[in-house]
Amino acid sequence: MCLAIPAKIIEINNQMANVEVGGVSRQASVILLPDASPGNYVLMHAGFAISLVDEEEALETIKLFEQLAAGQ
Amino acid sequence: MSLPFLDEFRQGAHLRALMEKLNERAGELARPVRIMEVCGTHTMAISRHGIRQALPESIQLISGPGCPVCVTANADIDRFLEISLIPGVIVTTFGDMLRVPGTRMGLAQARGNGAQVQIVYSTLDALKIARENPDAAVVFFGVGFETTAPTVAATMIEAHENGIDNFLVLSAHKVVPPALEALCNTPGLAVDAFLCPGHVSAIIGPEAYEPVADAFGIPCVIAGFEPADILQSMIMICDQMTSGRAEVELQYTRGVRPGGNPAAMAIMQKVFQPADAEWRGLGTIPASGLAIREEFSAHDAAQRYDVDVSYSREPAGCLCGAILTGIKTPRDCPLFDKGCTPDHPIGPCMVSSEGACSAYHQYEI
Ligand code: SF4
Repeated sequence: MCLAIPAKIIEINNQMANVEVGGVSRQASVILLPDASPGNYVLMHAGFAISLVDEEEALETIKLFEQLAAGQ
Repeated sequence: MSLPFLDEFRQGAHLRALMEKLNERAGELARPVRIMEVCGTHTMAISRHGIRQALPESIQLISGPGCPVCVTANADIDRFLEISLIPGVIVTTFGDMLRVPGTRMGLAQARGNGAQVQIVYSTLDALKIARENPDAAVVFFGVGFETTAPTVAATMIEAHENGIDNFLVLSAHKVVPPALEALCNTPGLAVDAFLCPGHVSAIIGPEAYEPVADAFGIPCVIAGFEPADILQSMIMICDQMTSGRAEVELQYTRGVRPGGNPAAMAIMQKVFQPADAEWRGLGTIPASGLAIREEFSAHDAAQRYDVDVSYSREPAGCLCGAILTGIKTPRDCPLFDKGCTPDHPIGPCMVSSEGACSAYHQYEI
């Protein structure tokens, strides 16, 4: 039930965002995430954006996996 | 690009390397460890990807109280069912709730008895139903943790500000950190480390677990939901165990910030205040629930409808309580896959897709 899925913000109007989830366009409220702006990836839960997805941190984590795999 | 970097998180080479490292680290442990995955979404991911079975012998993963539907006490479910039968009421809820058995009936049965039940994806849909049905009282069943509670709070604020007085919430929300403390104090529970919920933490921040890590000497690692995240988190736990540390560490760095989401916390705290709450399996835990503040009492279904649920009791023979505290596993339940299946669930752990019994039934038998 705490499932949240990554969505890309396309545009924001009046605290409602048009987001893209796997090629499908949906609506999400950004009232819980005032810093969100178009182009951001966010985690979406029950119709609300609840957290920004930090792309740099994602790359860092992947880099760690890659180093690990390269070391084998 | 549909989702950022999803393929990289799922790459077989990465998973194999992580598993190998986990095996290596597990070999360095002084004794076997029991790690509790607190979150139901983790339970589902772990079951679906067969992680539990693939683990080295010295690591045991046990499911915890992190399925919100499962920990909701039958008294709260019965209260919602009673309200659903009041003429002029439309009840709204997330889909998982439809088949959860209450003491006398479930929501699907209530619907058969004339209750107006609408399944919604978001509280905003429930608010829309309230707008479109001004003559009905629209009651949303607020079940969920800190991930969900701010979404309900934001909707209540919107209803309040726009004078949508027929939108009400029955709040059975719960917060996670007090439950972890209660778990640590549960006799018979031997948990060495917590795999902490990623999306609850996105709201409350990693700091919220520090009292648990400090007071009980239990490592807490906040994990993402891909198998690679879960494996890496377990490596981090092993590292803490072998070096004698008990800290809060963040593996899910792409989803969780230090300090969490202050805007969401502020909205949640504007509407809700801490209250004692009853958890299935854990009993009443001080300050673990969220009651609706006086300012929003016009939207509080518990205040508007005084229904009698003194008859409430837990389903006979069901071990959900012990399963939610990690003392038993679904396989310990004599009813598991015998009298109790997803088609004929006896307890909530078999209904919710995040429930341990349902996850084990679907993926681990
Ligand atoms: S298998 Fe069914 S009866 Fe047994 S603990 Fe799980 S939900 Fe309860």
